[in-house]
Amino acid sequence: MSTTEKLPFPGLRSGVELVPTNDQPQTGKEYTSDQEVRWCPGCGDYAVLKAVQGFLPELGLRRENIVFVSGIGCSSRFPYYLDTYGMHSIHGRAPSIATGIATAREDLSVWVVTGDGDALSIGGNHLIHALRRNVNMTILLFNNRIYGLTKGQYSPTSEAGKITKSTPMGSLDHPFNPVSLALGAEGSFVARTIDSDRKHLTAVLSAAAAHRGTSFVEIYQNCPIFNDGAFDAIKNNDTKADAIIPLVHGEPIRFGVEGSKGLIRDSETGGVKVVEVADVGPDAILVHNAYNPDPTTAFAISRLTDSGYLNQSPIGIFRQVERPTYDDGARAQIATARDAAPGEPIDRLAALIGGGDTWTVV
Amino acid sequence: MSKQVKQLDRVIIRFAGDSGDGMQLTGDRFTQESAVFGNDLVTLPNFPAEIRAPQGTLPGVSSFQVHFADHDILTAGDAPDVLVAMNPAALKANLGDLPKGATIIVDTHDFTGRNLIKAGYADNPLDGLGEPGSPLGEFFVHPVDLTGMTVEAVKEFGLSRKDAARAKNMFALGLLSWMYGRPIESTITFLEKRFAKVADIRDANITAFKAGWNFGETTETFVVSYEIKPAPMSAGTYRNITGNLALSYGLVAAGVQSGLPVFLGSYPITPASDILHELSKHKAFGVTTLQAEDEIAGVGAAIGASFAGSLGVTTTSGPGIALKSEAIGLAVMTELPLLVIDVQRGGPSTGLPTKTEQADLLQAMFGRNGEAPVPIVAPQSPGDCFSAALEAARIAITYRTPVMLLSDGYLANGSEPWRIPELADLPVIDPNFATERNKTVVAKDGTETEEYWPYLRDEETLARPWAIPGTPGLEHRIGGLEKGEGHGNISYDPANHDFMVRTRQAKVDRIADSLPPLVVDDPSGEANVLVLGWGSTYGPIGAGCRRVRKAGYHVAQVHLRHLNPFPKDLGEILSRYDKVLVPEMNLGQLSLLIRGKYLVDAIGYNQVNGMPIKAAELAEAIGNLVAEAEGVTVDLTPDPIAEEASK
Ligand code: SF4
Repeated sequence: MSTTEKLPFPGLRSGVELVPTNDQPQTGKEYTSDQEVRWCPGCGDYAVLKAVQGFLPELGLRRENIVFVSGIGCSSRFPYYLDTYGMHSIHGRAPSIATGIATAREDLSVWVVTGDGDALSIGGNHLIHALRRNVNMTILLFNNRIYGLTKGQYSPTSEAGKITKSTPMGSLDHPFNPVSLALGAEGSFVARTIDSDRKHLTAVLSAAAAHRGTSFVEIYQNCPIFNDGAFDAIKNNDTKADAIIPLVHGEPIRFGVEGSKGLIRDSETGGVKVVEVADVGPDAILVHNAYNPDPTTAFAISRLTDSGYLNQSPIGIFRQVERPTYDDGARAQIATARDAAPGEPIDRLAALIGGGDTWTVV
Repeated sequence: MSKQVKQLDRVIIRFAGDSGDGMQLTGDRFTQESAVFGNDLVTLPNFPAEIRAPQGTLPGVSSFQVHFADHDILTAGDAPDVLVAMNPAALKANLGDLPKGATIIVDTHDFTGRNLIKAGYADNPLDGLGEPGSPLGEFFVHPVDLTGMTVEAVKEFGLSRKDAARAKNMFALGLLSWMYGRPIESTITFLEKRFAKVADIRDANITAFKAGWNFGETTETFVVSYEIKPAPMSAGTYRNITGNLALSYGLVAAGVQSGLPVFLGSYPITPASDILHELSKHKAFGVTTLQAEDEIAGVGAAIGASFAGSLGVTTTSGPGIALKSEAIGLAVMTELPLLVIDVQRGGPSTGLPTKTEQADLLQAMFGRNGEAPVPIVAPQSPGDCFSAALEAARIAITYRTPVMLLSDGYLANGSEPWRIPELADLPVIDPNFATERNKTVVAKDGTETEEYWPYLRDEETLARPWAIPGTPGLEHRIGGLEKGEGHGNISYDPANHDFMVRTRQAKVDRIADSLPPLVVDDPSGEANVLVLGWGSTYGPIGAGCRRVRKAGYHVAQVHLRHLNPFPKDLGEILSRYDKVLVPEMNLGQLSLLIRGKYLVDAIGYNQVNGMPIKAAELAEAIGNLVAEAEGVTVDLTPDPIAEEASK
């Protein structure tokens, strides 16, 4: 198996361990379907599609054993552009459909492509329960903080006060922080990356695929038509050093020009806060531990994401821990029950329906 | 003293008590004893929606009716011959259903001040029994201190008074088992198993059961016992079965017969949850059960599993169907096999969760956006749920379509003797997975490439090929957007949409080619009136028709198992009769479909009180229609000559 990511825990099964591998090298072209891509020019979705098409060959799996499932929204067209098995389903329900696929078949690599409206609004219930169950699949949440396909209404990640067609006097809703939500829903792998940073995106996808359980990846994705510039602060070369708080397991969490800023625990709030490294000394800076079984610190870090205009956001893998998966457990129960009931199914069926109190009429 | 034994051809007993009194168990055991004895029988459990409504009150009354006979019967009976009432509320709640001359066995223990008030009795109805003016004067009443005698009988086990009194239902069961000569071994074995872990409770229940029997044998209160001979039944091995259990077995069998793993995605809901419980026991058959976070996730997971090559199933009741509608539409569009099981209950909204109704037919038929035809199959009796489930699976897999299976609360919880089928008689269902590319595409330069086209249809069934992930070279994408015929790519072309809408409908219509001709029950061949039904009204309709025939009149009966598409010969059959009566537990849903499709003046007989239709009342309605159609006066008093002829 040629998964690019090394697994953090010795003895841990990979997310793709039971999926048949390919002995021939593959190319991105093989993963490109014959369908014309129809996103708006400049849409961040193009970059993610290219990155995924470039990354899938690296996974080294048999193409026919990969399934992409999506809901409704701009990003949910994704499966049509990949030459794998795929289903473009209904609004918000992709995690439930993917749960059925992943539970029914251990030999498939299952991916969900969704957006902020699809996953956090209409499909919020399925998202949190997929994370709770820890079904072996990877959820890519394209967050553009707006409704694109329905032409520009505010979304559950839009900043409060947003002026849109449906909120001419400003939206009143407080937004979700998708990473905080995923951590609160018991997510075992929770990460955030950016559409335009192909290297980081690919590294996160690779770790997500290697993780056994539900991997949740929020991708900041620019919608140039309805919410252009939502992520400018973290993309602009002049500002991004101060805007991106990079999370790398085992490394002190420092950012700003020349790493002048860092995170320390905040004894007042119980959370974490940003300080000047010069004020506290480098040794006081919090070292990121994505493998921490306790999600408290990961959650505290996630709260440093601006809920209004995005001037600051932690990026990287917040949490990556081992937890039994639902689908492995479901299959194990079936295997146990099968072992305990030898014989042909047809004979066992006869015994089943012929059981209980019976009487015979001659 | 020597006791008299009287022969009866049939008896209807209703056990009634507080929901905590174990009446469902009592009725179920009496049923099992009767089944093993060889009577034909039909049962009707009736319980409140609340798990424990306030004790001793009318809303807390739970009952179980069993009709058993020495001949073939079709319903749980209109009115009980015998009522066993465990408290004042049970007496009060059920008295109105009793015909004059019925027998009442009543546990006198709770007929005291507070309990009488809770039941709404100002005076004790048991006072002045046998004297003029007694409110129970029309009945044969046996007041017995069942609780007191139970406590006395189980004294030796040192149980608390409360625990000791709990065994009173077994005392009552013992007494009734004696009265009707039921074999008691199966109940003793049952109690041994059920309470295997608590020896004193087990022994107390068995002792109370035997004490009840002995009480009947020795007391002078009961001078007569009854014999109801076994009913002649066709040869075979039988068991008593409820609709939910038979349906669950049918799903397991569908998995075995198709070779597909069964995948149930379900959210608990009354009265369908028992199917989830039952299927979760059958993992050894490769059955996966996922208790989803909601109704939508249940069907979503089932669709996902079907896409991956399982037989996806979702079980629910009417409110759940409302939530699943969009996903069912997705299964229509993606043309994936899916079983949607609706155990109907009283609606709309939360309605009457524990009562029966047939008011989801139009929801099943039309309850989706767009033109979204879904085949509908309905079982007609508890045991029939087994083969109806197999039939639904056959259609779903063969035609790559969601199928609605419409059971109801009466079928789900009611039971009847079921002849266990020979496995060789079950249909074999071939999933016929696609394994090869199916289309040669010629480019402009003449080069040929082989492609997989997911919407290239079978000419006979119009079904599309089913290629599951893991099949190399057949990678494809499906979804809810309109498909181009053949290649299956997204298509917004107006002509293609028109074509695809018609094709999906035509595919469902083609199912009619695979259906057997309808059975027309018209013994004399002279009937002018046809009674057309579907689902669980089969029993009452059959019983109603028999009454009419026994009185010397002609009536025909046809019962539909397939409601979409209708069998091909239905139109011709309808045209043979002057009048068509359609009894339904709704306000005329099948009538509407029949009128719309066949332009026949279907006359509704409609009842929505949460209970099965009563055969005697329906017979009156049939009789009136016969009178109208034939210009005669109809009197339904049985005519001995006609009765002989109708056998
Ligand atoms: S509306 Fe926005 S998100 Fe949608 S395709 Fe266009 S640019 Fe992309």
